[in-house]
Amino acid sequence: MNIAIASEGNTMDSCLGSSFGRSSWFVIYDCDTRDIEFLSNPNKHAEQNAGLASVQLLSSRNIKKIISGEFGLKIKPLLDSLKIQMIVVHMPEKKIKEILEMLNH
Amino acid sequence: MSPRNKTLRKILSPPIIKGFKPYGGEPVEQGRPLVYLLFEEYEALRLCDYDLCTQHQASQLMCVSRPTFTRIYASALQKIARAFVEGRQIVVEGGKVYFDSDWYRCGGCQCYFNNPGKEDIHACPLCGNQQVFSIEFSREIANGQMQQGENLCICPHCGHVMAHRVGLPCNQQICPECRNRMIRKGNQGCRK
Ligand SMILES: [Zn+2]
Ligand SMILES: [Zn+2]
Repeated sequence: MNIAIASEGNTMDSCLGSSFGRSSWFVIYDCDTRDIEFLSNPNKHAEQNAGLASVQLLSSRNIKKIISGEFGLKIKPLLDSLKIQMIVVHMPEKKIKEILEMLNH
Repeated sequence: MSPRNKTLRKILSPPIIKGFKPYGGEPVEQGRPLVYLLFEEYEALRLCDYDLCTQHQASQLMCVSRPTFTRIYASALQKIARAFVEGRQIVVEGGKVYFDSDWYRCGGCQCYFNNPGKEDIHACPLCGNQQVFSIEFSREIANGQMQQGENLCICPHCGHVMAHRVGLPCNQQICPECRNRMIRKGNQGCRK
């Protein structure tokens, strides 16, 4: 199972992305192999529907959960119907490595 | 006439049945075309005549305008009447709707998460803490603490409560926590 984490940058010290569609990067974390991949978000500057395009990008990567500071109003019903779990973390100062530590509880 | 607004309508819970079959009629009636009751029509009927909401409350809960709600509700009644009178089968399906999945809050890391797979939730998917609260539950606690809170808006997703702004409909108020539409506190479910 893969988990996507919205991220402001492409290092383990980057902060959690505060907005799903506008995050600069997504961290793709494979829970089984513990592999980590940073995926640049091509939609971060999109005028509109950045979130929808990001969902399309991620749903092709077998993502079952997404962690982000926020999700847009249009995104929630879409992720719901794709059965992708949303985890909303209101801690913008959290670093990617800390989120990964939490996941490996 | 302007094209009908086909945005998503919110459905609080899906119907427990797929439809209704008439019985006792002539065999010729079995072949009549089915009546398709849309999910949104089912929901409008449920809110108004089962939960006894006013049309105003029901339109807010479904996040549609009052005229749109009235049209959905009228269509529901007409379809059911046609099925009764003409002895037709009713199938509940379709429509542009989404089901609100349940939301939870973790008592450990304080994150919020939903449950799109409708599984049993025992622990936080992020930190593994087993102190997990259904938002429904924490909202009830909030209600208990603030009785007579008539002029409050509440977020049906995360339970965030804020003062109602006079002149601004609650469903145009956006929750500062999770960006969902707020509703008037005390209206959830509208059970009398
Ligand atoms: Zn947690
Ligand atoms: Zn909220």
